[in-house]
Amino acid sequence: MRESTIMKIHYGTALAAVALVAVHILMRLTMNFAESLEYETVLANYKFIPYALMLELILILLSVHGFNGLRVILLELKQGRTYEKAVSYGCLAAMVGLIAYGSRTIIMVNMGMV
Amino acid sequence: MTQDENKEGVGGMINPRRYGIERVAYWLMRLSGLGLLAYFIGHIYETSNILRGQVGWTELLEMTSTPFFHIILSIVIAMCVFHTVNGIRVMLGHGGIGVGKPSRPDYPYDPASQNYRHKIGIYSAIVLAAVAMMYGLAVLFGE
Amino acid sequence: MAQVSSVADKQTTSSKSITLRISRYNPEYDDASRFMEFNVSYEKWTTVLEAILEVKQYFDHSVAVRYSCRQATCGSCGMMINGKPRLACFTKISELDSNVVTVEPMSNFPIIRDLAVKFERLFDTHHKIKPYLIRDDTEIESDEKEFLQSPEEVEQYIQFANCIKCGLCNAACPTMATDSSFVGPQALAQAYRYVADSRDKGKDSRLKMIDESHGIWRCHFAGSCSQVCPKGVDPAMGIQLLRGYLLGFRS
Repeated sequence: MRESTIMKIHYGTALAAVALVAVHILMRLTMNFAESLEYETVLANYKFIPYALMLELILILLSVHGFNGLRVILLELKQGRTYEKAVSYGCLAAMVGLIAYGSRTIIMVNMGMV
Repeated sequence: MTQDENKEGVGGMINPRRYGIERVAYWLMRLSGLGLLAYFIGHIYETSNILRGQVGWTELLEMTSTPFFHIILSIVIAMCVFHTVNGIRVMLGHGGIGVGKPSRPDYPYDPASQNYRHKIGIYSAIVLAAVAMMYGLAVLFGE
Repeated sequence: MAQVSSVADKQTTSSKSITLRISRYNPEYDDASRFMEFNVSYEKWTTVLEAILEVKQYFDHSVAVRYSCRQATCGSCGMMINGKPRLACFTKISELDSNVVTVEPMSNFPIIRDLAVKFERLFDTHHKIKPYLIRDDTEIESDEKEFLQSPEEVEQYIQFANCIKCGLCNAACPTMATDSSFVGPQALAQAYRYVADSRDKGKDSRLKMIDESHGIWRCHFAGSCSQVCPKGVDPAMGIQLLRGYLLGFRS
């Protein structure tokens, strides 16, 4: 993939994540903060499909943005063909791993498998 | 860093004393990005505890409801606000917006790209981050 | 190991003096650089280059320094002066406001000896972005006019044509501090200089060249390059305007 395409994705995920994370944080503040973290409330959040979808989207957007940012920082720190390949594929693997791990939680709780 | 290449290395990259607030914003952006990624990974792990049922979730809530974690969360709030506001500034700059227009330079050659709009953007990001952090501390410690 | 000496026997009218610390390093013999100190008198108008040349003339002629025009035109005497990249011929001692002036070779450039550094990489990256007009009809027929431009069209790039290839921007760049493969602000600003030139038709090939993992995207708009440019080129502006093409903000 061309670097410009990757960076356009980087900017796009950032803008989308800002909007969705704002909604996510505001949801915590619609009620008392401690109350919003109670087991039943959180469970209800996960079971509400639009909210679960939003969590999934935030998970994907932030994983892509975060691990690409990490890739950029690591590529600038050190150079070398092997190192750069390891950084690029390592970040990609970590990104996929985190999305899979987070998605598993969202899907299982949403489907009532708790 | 090898003497061969004579590169300044990370120490030179983060030195805040030579190149003004723009350079500070540059490494604060990196630092906050790394911090937020670390928090994000931790947050995904933390919230996945819900799969352990009510007992697991309550245990986790008790563990994280300490002054230490509240302070960490407040710093995360500050990093999040700074990264967002400064990120929007940088993104606009990257598109060539607000960086000035090319013109014949005159002595003493003040660079048009290092203008007050971007400086205001950076200071706003820092101030908003501090305000958000204080709000976070008030909410977290107010309960 | 520091060595202190002064040019006491030289007739001088100045009452002011500074300690000039010069970094000495010869890659062939030395493991690390060391500083030598010299007491140098100065006037309000004395430049750092003149102070270095005074040391060469009266105390140690072996100090290696590259210079030529002494008027900020050739771009030869770039060095770290009190920790910041500056042209030695363009920096007056009086404006540094310090009793100690430390001169070191420019950062992010391999050292040849003492204050002289290698410019190969800068010239390579400069060459890589094709610093010339690209068009099919380069050769003008005898009965044709030259390529005409309006003053507004000239204004688009003339600032960036002021670059003297001194390398100060590359020495100040935070990415260059760690990234050996980065194209660098000098070459990127020059890429913009040609892309913005209405006579040039090589925009696509240049944009393709800088759109790689150590290309334009490794610039994060810290602006240090523009702050140290002695000719008002403002590479940071050029790079962001150039990136505007890649992001679709400009056409």
